[in-house]
Amino acid sequence: MMLFFQSDFFVNLAYIFASILFIFGLRMLGNPERAQRGNLVSSSGMLLAIIVTLFDQTIISFQLLSIALIAGAIVGASAASFVKMTTMPELVALFNGFGGIASLLVGSAEFLNVSALGSIALFAVSLTVLIGGVTFSGSLIAFGKLSEILSGKPFLFVGQRIVLSMILILALALGLELIVSTGLLGLSNEMLLVSLIGVAIVLGILLTVPIGGADMPVIIALLNSYSGIAAASAGFVINNNVLIVAGSLVGASGIILTQIMCKAMNRSLSNVLFGGFGASSSSSSGGSTEIQGEVKPINVADAYLILEAANSVVFVPGYGMAVSQAQHSVRELGELLEENGCDVKYAIHPVAGRMPGHMNVLLAEANVSYDLLVEPEDVNPIMETVDICVVIGANDVVNPDARENEGSPIYGMPVIEVDRAKTVFVLKRSMASGFAGIDNPLFLKENTRMLFGDAKESISTLVSEFKS
Amino acid sequence: MDNLFILLLFVLVLSIFLGFELINKVPSTLHTPLMSGANAISGITIIGALLSSGSESHYLTTILGTAAVFFATINVVGGYLVTNRMLGMFKKK
Repeated sequence: MMLFFQSDFFVNLAYIFASILFIFGLRMLGNPERAQRGNLVSSSGMLLAIIVTLFDQTIISFQLLSIALIAGAIVGASAASFVKMTTMPELVALFNGFGGIASLLVGSAEFLNVSALGSIALFAVSLTVLIGGVTFSGSLIAFGKLSEILSGKPFLFVGQRIVLSMILILALALGLELIVSTGLLGLSNEMLLVSLIGVAIVLGILLTVPIGGADMPVIIALLNSYSGIAAASAGFVINNNVLIVAGSLVGASGIILTQIMCKAMNRSLSNVLFGGFGASSSSSSGGSTEIQGEVKPINVADAYLILEAANSVVFVPGYGMAVSQAQHSVRELGELLEENGCDVKYAIHPVAGRMPGHMNVLLAEANVSYDLLVEPEDVNPIMETVDICVVIGANDVVNPDARENEGSPIYGMPVIEVDRAKTVFVLKRSMASGFAGIDNPLFLKENTRMLFGDAKESISTLVSEFKS
Repeated sequence: MDNLFILLLFVLVLSIFLGFELINKVPSTLHTPLMSGANAISGITIIGALLSSGSESHYLTTILGTAAVFFATINVVGGYLVTNRMLGMFKKK
């Protein structure tokens, strides 16, 4: 019986079953009501794959392996349980990076183990090491930027593209030498591998440092896709189907998310990667149209009176809501408005925040029912009927210049057209411009009222006005 | 060897198409859980890590493999748990 469990046939059968579980799990993740079960299905697929692998005959020594398994499980579980929801983007980036380095290590380990790998396997090793390394260092930089250890500003230097292409050529040369080993570079196999790892890590850093905070959702989705591609590529190193299936599923999902994010900003991927958006000063952009009008501040007491009389209110959260952690107060205000007979919705732009779906997670944490969350294309057509739009720490995603000013760098980006609502409240610390460094004429519109101050404080005060 | 490669390539191509079909039209509410759930799946590289770590071959293979097991386990366990925690908060009233 033991022999059957150890047979390749049994192991591969179990891998097929695990792949089926991954596929069903991912599919269920697309539906809010079944998503949690889907995650469970996919995790049982992973458990199955791990258990049958431990039966594999080639595994002789379990000592180190079990220590690593247990230590990894403890670290992973505690990070997952104790992290605050507001730091979710950092954690996702970090986990992503760990997946990348694991694939890199698997590729390297196999390369050092088998001296006579075929050329296809060697090609797979180079690819795994390269993509795994880029995923690792890129994710770490993203983690640093998100947790504000590093500056969130895009970092650009002269000749960036030239340096990048030279490094790419170097990576190509090293990878090629690894496969055909002409000896022209005068490096031993080990040294070749180490140099390739080094180049991959530098490449990951260079690809991520130019990305500014508001473009983070794109790069997070892209790195997510890379980690899948690295795993699939590692599957070609060890000739394993389940790695290829699972890896390419993740790769595909990451690419789709990346596309969605780019489309939401009306920019191409290469523009996000190499454009250095927000690094150039605003002087170059749309200076042709002088913005006219004046800022009309409002105080909390007046804002309360207007909200109290409103029949429909749409909240538009942005990164500022995450910064001031206002989501719980926002939910409270939303509930009070609903009790007051008002129709409340939350309009969420796909790139609001620092990762795809960032605002949705925060509002879910604050117990906002997910059927109240709507997308721009749902809310824009009915915007004229909305009494009040409350913009909380969002800027570029509500900028009317995207529709009205052809000279603006964000012209053409699909935005939430809050200025078409009857009244707009903008909660903002000061008049500083948004991430993109461009002026926002929304603040000067006839129907806009600025509620200055910390968003959480302003909303809490509104809540207590309602209660009193 | 070449036959096996073609077979694996076949699997790769089909899985990529399957992935695109599966993920298309996910509501934006679920973008973060989808991403972190998919991220946990990419920890499948743990299979390769286990084989490298336990095979008692070249000592470097064992060391690198063991390190890979550690990182991949963090990715898998942490990824699934945090996704589960997030999805538990998505409620409809």
